[in-house]
Amino acid sequence: MYFASYRELTGLAEEEVELSEGSTVGALMENVKRLHEPLQDVKRMLVAVNSEFAEPGIALREGDVVAFFPPVSGG
Amino acid sequence: MIEITREDFSVDEALGQLLTSGMGAVVTFVGVVRGESKGRKVERIEIQVYEEMALKQLKAIRNEAMERFGVEEVAVIHRVGSLETSDNIMMIAVGASHRAEAFDACRYVLENIKRRVPIWKKEITPEGEFWAEGEKP
Repeated sequence: MYFASYRELTGLAEEEVELSEGSTVGALMENVKRLHEPLQDVKRMLVAVNSEFAEPGIALREGDVVAFFPPVSGG
Repeated sequence: MIEITREDFSVDEALGQLLTSGMGAVVTFVGVVRGESKGRKVERIEIQVYEEMALKQLKAIRNEAMERFGVEEVAVIHRVGSLETSDNIMMIAVGASHRAEAFDACRYVLENIKRRVPIWKKEITPEGEFWAEGEKP
């Protein structure tokens, strides 16, 4: 899933990505940056897995929902 | 009470639900749409949310504030969608026995919302549309 400016940079709200088993959040991050070139220029990409903030080293499992988004600006 | 809504809210109504007989102090914070940002006139803003995660984060922040400061109740209402200048964006209300912990808890909730809750503002101005950049958690 993509939010805020990332939706405009990718042109997508969500997509499915196939990964090899044991892939990490960091590997998926590199993968989506390759798929969507405008994301390569973003400064601070935040990631959540299944609605919780996630570090790049976390291993992903089949069916995980991963969200990429810029620093939040609510409130 | 934790709520994300497209509708406007009433501070009085929220306080009516919050108050209990043990409270001697209630601190409220209301964030509203500013008509200017970085020297540009803001015509309106659009607020986007990752709702499932935002609700989880707001509930966690509420629990942390109640534990850390010993306050009795914390309520947060955050709006999403299209808002105009001076519209309500968000309210926080903290009810406690005494004022000091109510102020501290309110500040804690506000600062954590600004760092951790996945909500974004887009400012619509005569010069174009700009996403507001937040702080890293």
